[in-house]
Amino acid sequence: MPKDQPDLDLSPKVSDEIRKTTCYMCACRCGINVHMKEGKVAYIEGNKDHPVNQGVLCAKGSAGIMQVNAPSRLKAPMKRVGPRGSGEFEEISWEEALTIATDWLAPVREKHPEKLAFFTGRDQSQSFTSLWAQGFGTPNYAAHGGFCSVNMAAAGIYTMGGAFWEFGQPDWDHTKMFVLFGVAEDHDSNPIKMGIGKIKGRGARVVGVNPIRTGYNAVADDWFGITPGTDGLMIMALIHELFKAGKLDLDYLARFTNASCIVNEDPKSDENGLLMRDDDGQPLVIDKNTGDLAPWNGIGVEPDLATTYRKAGVTHRPVFHLMADRFLDPQYAPDKVAEATGISADRIKQLAADMAHVAFEEAIELDRPWTDFRGKKHDKMIGRPVSMHSMRGISAHSNGFQTCRALHTLQIILGAVETPGGMRFKPPYPKPATAHPKPHGKVTPGAALNGPHLGFAHGPDDLLLHDDGSAIRIDKAFTWENPLSSHGMMHMVISNAHAGDPYKIDTLFMYMANMSWNSSMNSTGVMEMLTDKDEETGEYVIPRIIYSDAYSSEMVAFADLILPDTTYLERHDCISLLDRPICEADAVADAIRWPVVEPDRDVRGFQSVLCELGARLNLPGFVNEDGSQKYEDYADYITNHIRRPGVGPLAGWRMGEDGLQDGRGDPNEGQLDSYIANGGFWHSEVPTEASYYKPFNMAYQDWAVKMGFFDSVQPYIFTPYVEPLRRMQLAAEGHGRVQPPDHLRQQIKDTMDPLPIWYAPLSDNLIDTNEYPVHALTQRPMAMYHSWGTQNAWLRQIHGLNPLYVPTKIWDENKFKDGDWAKVTSPSGVITVPVAHMAALNENTIWTWNAIGKRKGAWALEEDAPEATEGFLLNHLIHELLPEQADGMRWSNSDPITGQAAWFDLRVKIEKTTAPAESQPATPAQKSPVGKGPKSQAWKVGK
Amino acid sequence: MTTLPTSTEKKLGLVIDLDTCVGCHACVISCKGWNTENYGAPLSDQDPYGANPTGTFLNRVHSYEIQPKDAPAQLIHFPKSCLHCEDAPCVTVCPTGASYKRVEDGIVLVNESDCIGCGLCAWACPYGAREMDAEEKVMKKCTLCVDRIYNENLPEEDREPACVRTCPSNARHFGDFADPDSNVSVLSRERGGMDLMPEMGTKPVNKYLPPRPKDRDRSEDVDILAPFLEPVATETTGFLGWLDKALESMPGGKN
Repeated sequence: MPKDQPDLDLSPKVSDEIRKTTCYMCACRCGINVHMKEGKVAYIEGNKDHPVNQGVLCAKGSAGIMQVNAPSRLKAPMKRVGPRGSGEFEEISWEEALTIATDWLAPVREKHPEKLAFFTGRDQSQSFTSLWAQGFGTPNYAAHGGFCSVNMAAAGIYTMGGAFWEFGQPDWDHTKMFVLFGVAEDHDSNPIKMGIGKIKGRGARVVGVNPIRTGYNAVADDWFGITPGTDGLMIMALIHELFKAGKLDLDYLARFTNASCIVNEDPKSDENGLLMRDDDGQPLVIDKNTGDLAPWNGIGVEPDLATTYRKAGVTHRPVFHLMADRFLDPQYAPDKVAEATGISADRIKQLAADMAHVAFEEAIELDRPWTDFRGKKHDKMIGRPVSMHSMRGISAHSNGFQTCRALHTLQIILGAVETPGGMRFKPPYPKPATAHPKPHGKVTPGAALNGPHLGFAHGPDDLLLHDDGSAIRIDKAFTWENPLSSHGMMHMVISNAHAGDPYKIDTLFMYMANMSWNSSMNSTGVMEMLTDKDEETGEYVIPRIIYSDAYSSEMVAFADLILPDTTYLERHDCISLLDRPICEADAVADAIRWPVVEPDRDVRGFQSVLCELGARLNLPGFVNEDGSQKYEDYADYITNHIRRPGVGPLAGWRMGEDGLQDGRGDPNEGQLDSYIANGGFWHSEVPTEASYYKPFNMAYQDWAVKMGFFDSVQPYIFTPYVEPLRRMQLAAEGHGRVQPPDHLRQQIKDTMDPLPIWYAPLSDNLIDTNEYPVHALTQRPMAMYHSWGTQNAWLRQIHGLNPLYVPTKIWDENKFKDGDWAKVTSPSGVITVPVAHMAALNENTIWTWNAIGKRKGAWALEEDAPEATEGFLLNHLIHELLPEQADGMRWSNSDPITGQAAWFDLRVKIEKTTAPAESQPATPAQKSPVGKGPKSQAWKVGK
Repeated sequence: MTTLPTSTEKKLGLVIDLDTCVGCHACVISCKGWNTENYGAPLSDQDPYGANPTGTFLNRVHSYEIQPKDAPAQLIHFPKSCLHCEDAPCVTVCPTGASYKRVEDGIVLVNESDCIGCGLCAWACPYGAREMDAEEKVMKKCTLCVDRIYNENLPEEDREPACVRTCPSNARHFGDFADPDSNVSVLSRERGGMDLMPEMGTKPVNKYLPPRPKDRDRSEDVDILAPFLEPVATETTGFLGWLDKALESMPGGKN
């Protein structure tokens, strides 16, 4: 070494200890190694053994240290002392806080349990919080799925027993073509990045269909800058081309989908359009062996796609014939959809041809024998290596459910679901809609609800309606306005409660949901609803608001009682198979969080608080027979709760007769220690012979029962034809006891088609699209995730500003220059915001980053922080209700099938304006109950 | 004036793959975290919760739009940190000898105890890869995680820079360019690894892999692809006639 070179210590001590837990910076839930020095968090990196992230970690995860030391952390329980929205609070003890909550809630439960609306936002403990709500007896419970991506989730479950992300993933090891539809950078983010890196490394093709070319679309080999809301139309055109060319996996369609099931086509039957069934209720196919009807699942049956069934002068056809009618319709020809989608007919045809080529000319065969549910042995697993992924981008439209259904149908006709190189489900999925609970809403004062709140409706009888037709739930989920609202409709709770429609409530209880700001449509209106007072009584229209959050968010200012939560490194959690698990296609997995550091504030994990509050309220499931508190805290619940015999929140290290075992078993007091010793997670490989064809594969079915996913084997076939939709249509046509109101009949007939359709976003028919020609979208930056954490000191240096990105055409038309501001107007609101030019953008679409804009005084930011002065929300432009219809009615701005908030239907006009002092509307500051952050920081916990 | 070694035993550096970088900033923050806690002074942040937050980062991702003439615009994400140049002008300009290039592996470092915070090296660097820490008043730069890559307290598989370990899309690779068979040499050779601003004569060690061509004009493919979309019939009835025949020809069909 030359004399000038200093002598470096090349092997410094890295940390005193590594504590392995689960990230909570988004919903990916990666494994993390938390390096500790002197009891403090020194460094966070990915856990290489973890099935989700295999060592990698995104910017958010690595910035977790700034989340744990954030100045915005709430410090103690608080009660409001100023007016709602002001942020003026007084710190109180936990005893006082829990006494207040109990005094408010006990009388509600005794008389009108439905007057508690309990909604839990970005909750990762829904199987627990829903149990609490069920015990309380209110029908008014849901998490945030209704304003997030329920269309994707529900369309996937109804069509094939699972969708993307938690349900399924591309077969990264085998796929040769990966097609990504819509904004999708926010869910399953690290696995998708890893997958893209992997397939690009071997030269496989990545195709992006998205109005905005950022992130994954920036690395796509081919980019289709589609017009928002028309993805379904383009997908229908792709299906049209594949049908026209006969590029279909007919064997797969016949054996493994209800394309072979016979439809009752008797126009006089009150079961017209439903599948014909045998005496056991099993749908029927025509068996090639006999030419006769046979149950779909009969041993040895070979379902026929071609043959029809004639009875009493009526010909009944297999679903496949109806699919041909639908998809061969010339209205879906590429040259008919080119203008609306903004994609040329040639490019659509090329994409269809590429899919056909890869699926059928580059097919994969794995030498893995397997046996299907009809007892047929297959000596190979045949793969169609076209894979797809999608999330919010196609989901958050009022045509999103049918668009997502069309996407899954495209996958299915290629034979590219649960086959090598296509899409693979993650245990405990696949799981068809029929294996999920139905919605429950029967209220009994002083007692528990009659079952789980959320589920899958299969017909009008499953709707949550009173005898007079009014909604049972405050959000009007599972009503004729949106019958299949499987995730509830959190975005309608505040406006319905404020309007007293369908009824008034007493207490709004929320967790991790920034409903006064970025998580609501019409944020300004929502703030008014939360602060509005009854003119006669002088009381707030929504009388009481309890809120739990870890940070000083915008929503905190509107609560009457604050129950401060911990940060993610200070708490117990379980990422459970009963909930939204972290499994991968090759392994079932669950995980925990545990307090790797103890809170230095008077805060408690929200779930532990619910254990105590549940006991104080004497809720079933939360008290022992002697009335004492059943679970000391959430860790106690995680270890000891039994959901079904042998099945608890965690599937690893359960107690069996011969010692510890996976899947089923009794509680094990040492279970959490076993998880901690294993790095915070448990996983068990799917047997090789069970790795594909899972819904149909008996090896998988047997393994699933052994692991406790189901209590008996239940193979099923995919359902491109969705009968529950047809049952709703039948009611709209006048059949059956439960009838929709007349004003909704046509909408139900038009939208609830049992086969995928495309219709224009509903608001396009109610506004002048010439006056509002521009589509406006938001997406989350990869390095930030809404605002369920804080405004992170490191990440805000990357994304502290959110200009409105404007495409070249609109930029030039308005003669915009750098530094300009624009007035953006929708039918329901106006914002004035800074603009920036972006060329890689659909020419009629503007967009911005979501939730960078903050209210002054929130998140312990200085009031002149750019997030508050130049940042903005598009939410102000989006109303929770559609414009008035001809009949004077205003419907929810949601998908008419699932109730999914139709954020991305937004249309606006844009014009240049003089720069105001700050972005408009400028909401007055809230007082920070936690003070402000430091003026500088140099965060080094070691010496 | 500080001298550079005439040669180094190894040439450690990074290959950064612009074809797969999705611009997620994972490398930026992982670097910030490791180097705040480790080598030298922490990477401080000024006004971290205020109007003008500015902190020290050793690695940043820049994004550039490209507008090809007859194809859609593209967005390229471009991570940038010290390139550990063979002819590093930041070293030769240093008045105190604080900036130096290691003989063993070619890593360019700042010996903070000798750094007077004059900033000459940052002026000399054509890449803008050095940042003065406003709190400590010393020059900070990428160390290639010199305190990780040889660190016997880390498992062997973790002895790589934090940015490489964390990169979700596998766009960052670490190795020895002096070894023609190393992973980085092979990748750079096979994928046309490029020097950043070679005209500056700095001979950067880090290489960038260019993005693969995108949005290729497919109009000539129409003939190749046409057979895959050859209609089997134009009417539904004709389609179902085709279906009969297609099913008959399949295994298990009616022969």
